Amino acid sequence: MSEINQYTARDIPERLSSPFKRVVSSWEALLLLVAILIFFINTQATPYFLDWWNLSDATFNFTEKAFIAFAMALLVISGEIDLSVAAIIALVSTAMGFAVQLGYDTPALVAIALVVGLACGAINGLLVTGLGLPSIVVTIGTMSLFRGISYIILGDQSYKDYPESFLFFGQGYVWSTVTFELLLFVIFAIVYYVLLHRTNFGRAVYVIGNNPTAAVFSGLRVERIKFLLFLLTGIMSAIAAICLTSRLGSTRPSIGLGLELEIITMVVLGGVNILGGSGTIPGVALAAIVMGMLIFGFGLLNVPGIVMSIFIGLLLIGVIALPKIASNLKNYYLERKA
Amino acid sequence: MKSVINALKSRETLLALAIFLLVLLVSSRYPAFSSVESLSGIFNDTSILMILTLGQMLVILTKCIDLSVAANLALTGMVVAMINNIAPGIPVIVLLLFAILLGALLGAINGYLVWKLDIPPIVVTLGTMTIFRGLIFVISDGKWINAHEMSASFTAFPRYEILGLPMLSWIAILVILLFIPLVNRTALGRAFFAVGCNPMAAVYTGINIGRTRFMTFVISGALAGLAGYLWVSRYAVAYVDIAGGFELDVVAACVIGGISIAGGVGSIGGAILGALFLGVIKNALPVVDISPFWQLAISGSAIILAVALNTLSAQQKGRVILKTAGQGA
Repeated sequence: MSEINQYTARDIPERLSSPFKRVVSSWEALLLLVAILIFFINTQATPYFLDWWNLSDATFNFTEKAFIAFAMALLVISGEIDLSVAAIIALVSTAMGFAVQLGYDTPALVAIALVVGLACGAINGLLVTGLGLPSIVVTIGTMSLFRGISYIILGDQSYKDYPESFLFFGQGYVWSTVTFELLLFVIFAIVYYVLLHRTNFGRAVYVIGNNPTAAVFSGLRVERIKFLLFLLTGIMSAIAAICLTSRLGSTRPSIGLGLELEIITMVVLGGVNILGGSGTIPGVALAAIVMGMLIFGFGLLNVPGIVMSIFIGLLLIGVIALPKIASNLKNYYLERKA
Repeated sequence: MKSVINALKSRETLLALAIFLLVLLVSSRYPAFSSVESLSGIFNDTSILMILTLGQMLVILTKCIDLSVAANLALTGMVVAMINNIAPGIPVIVLLLFAILLGALLGAINGYLVWKLDIPPIVVTLGTMTIFRGLIFVISDGKWINAHEMSASFTAFPRYEILGLPMLSWIAILVILLFIPLVNRTALGRAFFAVGCNPMAAVYTGINIGRTRFMTFVISGALAGLAGYLWVSRYAVAYVDIAGGFELDVVAACVIGGISIAGGVGSIGGAILGALFLGVIKNALPVVDISPFWQLAISGSAIILAVALNTLSAQQKGRVILKTAGQGA
């Protein structure tokens, strides 16, 4: 009955707990604990886990998804959602592959990718903010449209022959075993942390998600901010597409199929409220690492990908269900006491 | 007179007109397209989509969404096919009822999580969608069940013809006929609309919102289970990825049929026509020699166009005093 709760005031605690207590009992602390636990289990489960090259490989399981998850977190906090991100990856990748056929080189490919990503984000943003359409349906539609265009262009073919210098993005190392993607992940985590938690823009995103009407009356340009968030998600999808295409070295129209689900799981696991209004970037970053290590650990144990997806699905539901079950139980006991 | 004009302006009439024009356009160059056999073939081909769209309609009416229908279909389809493979003696009608029950059970899981734990439906069904798909792999070990591993009666059932129409079409018609009284003539049917239109008012009139939503998920799941048997027996194959992404077609059919994603608005006629619209396009593409690779983009565009039409026509109805800033995801 979220519609009803939405209009009642949020619970305000009578006394604020101490900062230390708040940090320790936070969602992020729990995630960190889970991350350490999974790391430990992985080291026990297989002797191959604690190898710098293996660990470096493990980061590929979350970096590209995390780029999009950061932008998606802001979008979800503002009360919208974008299910078309994986389709944007497909379209961007197809556009780059097409440009390769025409003989363009790496800088041009990156530019084309960013422009296409921006355009996709702008289409989503315009439909949602300009026409006032619900983002979930719009992005289900554009998800089919964007990937559909890839299918029209590519059919059952694929693009290969990416230039040597282009392969750096997904396969390059900046220092020792630190990949370019991992460096990007750290940079984006910092950038998005500052954007969401240290700027007026970030504050505005929270306000819009908590109470859109109040945001309008406070003079926030709600539509414009939401439009910018869709643009941001488009660009991040383009960057993820560059890295993914470069890592795979080829483009098929089915590239990144179903990634939107994993990205949304990452965002929700990171403690972002799917109904908007709350969530943090450190949470999303930790969730990315947790999911990446989980997938990598399963991979080392030879668990097939589709079986892993059962765990991802359970994780998605469990993460939201467990706190609710806990509070239900707590209420139950309090009632019995009274 | 006014009611006649209103009826003409309704979504159902416009959609029926659009489908009629589409058929006319295609058959102006390929006359065989509008023959009775061809049209009933399209109806038969769209039957499964129609069945699922009706179930999804109820879910969307109550402001929820069920993205797990295709995975539910695939899982029940696989289970039924495996039972048939192991015990070919079990009569088809028993398997059919079992498929409906299993589908309803899977739907009840969704419904329970939405009702009792108050988890947003999109999260629940995204989660169960992957879980169901994963389970298919676990139970089947990733193997296919092919036509020769199914019994003859198992695959013959949807093709069995009565009065010139295959059983598959008759089942779709039966579901439609059951839906009309359910939605229009029962308290539960009214509750679907009440919950979607104004949840607060629904609570005050004594409607249990959670229970109503639970019921829609159970019905949607039961229909997905039914569709699971029909799909597997019609195409005579079961594997992990059958009906992959079909949930989007189902949602698309709903949106095209004028069912508002914000809840409370929709009709059986709209749902059927929405599904038929997609069915006609799907069947027309190969006829007019357009690559099937176009279909995804076309249905995507149709969703966007339909939701834009829905929203814009709804906006004209009332005078907007304060533009609400956002509907939320």
